[in-house]
Amino acid sequence: MSHDHDHDNEFDPFAARVRALETILTQKGLIDPAAIDVIVDTYETKIGPRNGARVVAKAWSDPAYADWLKRDATAAIESLDYTGRQGEHMQAVFNTQDTHNLVVCTLCSCYPWSVLGLPPVWYKAPPYRSRAVIDPRGVLEEFGLTLPAGTKIRVWDSTAELRYLVVPMRPEGTEGWSEERLAELVSRDAMIGTGLARQPA
Amino acid sequence: MNGPHDLGGQMGFGPVAPEKDEPYFHAAWERRALGVTLTAGSMGAWNIDESRHARESLHPADYYASSYYQIWIKALEMLLKRHGFITAQDLKAGTAVDPAATPKRVLKAENVPAVLAKGGPCDRPVATPARFKAGDPVRTRNFNPTGHTRLPRYARGKHGKIEAVRDGFVFPDSNAHGHGENPQWVYTVVFEGSEIWGEGADPTLTVSIDAWESYLEPA
Repeated sequence: MSHDHDHDNEFDPFAARVRALETILTQKGLIDPAAIDVIVDTYETKIGPRNGARVVAKAWSDPAYADWLKRDATAAIESLDYTGRQGEHMQAVFNTQDTHNLVVCTLCSCYPWSVLGLPPVWYKAPPYRSRAVIDPRGVLEEFGLTLPAGTKIRVWDSTAELRYLVVPMRPEGTEGWSEERLAELVSRDAMIGTGLARQPA
Repeated sequence: MNGPHDLGGQMGFGPVAPEKDEPYFHAAWERRALGVTLTAGSMGAWNIDESRHARESLHPADYYASSYYQIWIKALEMLLKRHGFITAQDLKAGTAVDPAATPKRVLKAENVPAVLAKGGPCDRPVATPARFKAGDPVRTRNFNPTGHTRLPRYARGKHGKIEAVRDGFVFPDSNAHGHGENPQWVYTVVFEGSEIWGEGADPTLTVSIDAWESYLEPA
């Protein structure tokens, strides 16, 4: 079924299937449709990659925080109130001059919702999940990222309940920047490892 | 199980298709699919491991032909039927016709923020000391269980090194099937690319997985 359209009408069989399921569960008193509204609103408007960008910017600005993030990412991230579902157990992995980190979940779509929001479609789809572990350089090329031949690639397959946050390298020319300004340079893709931090304009 | 979900290293799916500034949802029903899945899950009748197993139990042709949220909904219908909340007759009618099992709880809108913020931590104390320590060489077991497991096929029977000892965590292989949490130590195990992919492997590549202790043997 194509889902490159954004409408929801009774002629779309899967939309009808989901609506029927919600109706049945609501009629039986098993779910509260208003709770669904709150969940959707939370992930569409409140929890997203901005959270992770703030974590990275703080780590760039504050060596003590960076050290804490390295040792105990769960607590360091919780201190900024970015905790919750699919971010219960966090690990931060730091890019260096020598090593680039890339995160995937080959078995399903494990992803740190609490700091990056809901995962993008490509993260959950077979091309990325199948190839990130065997051909990460080729995958990165498809994101427009060509790493130097000598850069080591470390792929983290999220097979347990640990969720990974890549801390990209801080761009040069950002000395003295505020955390807020630095956070603007941190894209979601940089925190998955399919991108780098943006260069200052 | 060796299901369609176990994708690491499979070929033929084509290039990744990144979208620029893609929306969280590509159709309105996907919003409801996310919400129905989370609210139904909060009834407490099944755990995350059972729901993952339901998804990977779809027929491979169905799994690969389905989008992410379609997989979620198909698995959710399976779980709801299994636990007595809906019947085939309900689904056929598109309306409630049969009585339902009593849920442990129903998630109300006002409780959603607290429930999402709390999450579902699955670290648990383990009574025995960790069998391995950082730096230890290990070999992953080579098994092909018919039930749920979180050891991907590409990482079975491979030599790697313990990089970190994590906490004790609920063991998915038993928890998915109602056989208890049986927490075990989890380790980050790192493999050279060549150990996994052999000839032609990217010489700069290392891959790590997080492995429960019973997946590992000393090497």
